[in-house]
Amino acid sequence: MHIEIDEIAKEFGATTALRPVSLAIPSGALVALLGPSGSGKTTLLRILGGLEFPSSGRVLFDGQDATGMTVQERRAGFVFQSYALFKHMTVFENIAYGLRARPRASRPPAAEIQRRVSKLLDLIQLPQIARRFPSQLSGGQRQRVALARALAIEPRMLLLDEPFGALDARVRKELRQGLREIHDTTGLTTVFVTHDQDEAMELADLVVVMSMGRIEQIGRPQDIRARPATPFVREFIAA
Amino acid sequence: MSDTQAPARWRAVTEESRPARIALIAVALAGLGVLVLAPLAVVFAEALAKGAGAAIASLGNRDAQSAIRLTLLVAAIAVPLNAVFGIAAAWTITKFDFRGKAFLITLIDLPFSVSPVVAGLALVLLFGTNSLIGGWLVAQGFPIIFALPGIVLASVFVTFPFVARELIPVMIEQGRAEEEAALTLGASGWRVFRTVTLPNIKWALLYGVLLCNARAMGEFGAVAVVSGKIRGVTATMPITIEMMYNEYLSVAAFSLAAVLAALGLLTLALKTVLEWRHADQLAATRRY
Repeated sequence: MHIEIDEIAKEFGATTALRPVSLAIPSGALVALLGPSGSGKTTLLRILGGLEFPSSGRVLFDGQDATGMTVQERRAGFVFQSYALFKHMTVFENIAYGLRARPRASRPPAAEIQRRVSKLLDLIQLPQIARRFPSQLSGGQRQRVALARALAIEPRMLLLDEPFGALDARVRKELRQGLREIHDTTGLTTVFVTHDQDEAMELADLVVVMSMGRIEQIGRPQDIRARPATPFVREFIAA
Repeated sequence: MSDTQAPARWRAVTEESRPARIALIAVALAGLGVLVLAPLAVVFAEALAKGAGAAIASLGNRDAQSAIRLTLLVAAIAVPLNAVFGIAAAWTITKFDFRGKAFLITLIDLPFSVSPVVAGLALVLLFGTNSLIGGWLVAQGFPIIFALPGIVLASVFVTFPFVARELIPVMIEQGRAEEEAALTLGASGWRVFRTVTLPNIKWALLYGVLLCNARAMGEFGAVAVVSGKIRGVTATMPITIEMMYNEYLSVAAFSLAAVLAALGLLTLALKTVLEWRHADQLAATRRY
């Protein structure tokens, strides 16, 4: 799905989180929102997911105005920073949640839910853990379950907030590869937020560098490396 | 382990010396004994002073029966009301940001800081026969003061903070992420509450409800003012106990007091059994 962000701004009371920013995300792209904390990258991601509404500006999905669309209508697979798995449910129940939440008419029968959850567990390469609780999983496993849960709703786009933030360096490298593979198999337009420039440069097709609620530069990783547009970008990617 | 393998000075930094530990435990036990166990034992001993037969007979008394029924009825109305109010208040405070939030939290705590007698008097002023609202209500045949509605209102006021106070810290600690995740997965607000919020707060809710229930059954001050203490009609258990005691009906007073205490102990036992039966589930749902 093609996403267009048109002059989006966001204020929280007296603080400005986003100055008007515009950005076009081509269908099927893997995009990184890169910036230090307080740069507005998470706010922008949450606006795309419908968890936050912009003070002004528009969001367009495939050319249709989606600014007022509710979070449920957007069907955005969202992976939260600390995963936000449902602690009191098994892995199976977590992944099945979105399917069970559908209105009765479009809710798949139990056998179909079973089949889809198993398929997703295979996709994240954890076929054995369906009956465990989140507290019994490692950090990397939790992250992958969160990804499977987001994919279960057959989302129109995938949004990830610091998906590797809470993991150690080795697991992080492994899961980066995993996300790339899942993106390539599903072909979903994917946006992830990160403060780690290595992660953004290695993984993304398109990197959006942000600072203080502004977009500093949009470009392919190699172009940003070769020609940083502003002193901030030069400094940030050198760090 | 450190005791046998290493000299005492190698013990863990947070560990006290043996005499200090014994002294602390002794103080705790003595306090518990004098302040909690002894009074409880005395209540039961006094109730049975003239034998179990006399105690049971005194409970068959019409006033005692009416007091037990009234107290249970009041608790049965006040506790569900406060469970709903408490959930609504805790939800509002923890899931939304708005102006005046600190003031609302203070307001929830108000019944803790205001004497119940003052609360009772305020209700009499608001709904008494001489007030505008009260006079009209009495004319409609629906009196509040010296009647069941007044007793319920007083009990609800006094026990209002219990559920909300239990829930707010738990809900703050849990944050909004799980609810937001459920929303992005397509769940409606009600479904999110039922399948995500409620399971996460159910233990805190249970503690709040049990505390609320114990206090609702035991409330004296506010109820004494609004009930008018009409024997066999508006006298709850605590009020009937006081009246019986003042009339030197010692066995009757203590028998009823023993029943009230037993109701409290029953809620505690219920809580313990539930905790014990769901221990594995409690452990599994701890924050990771």
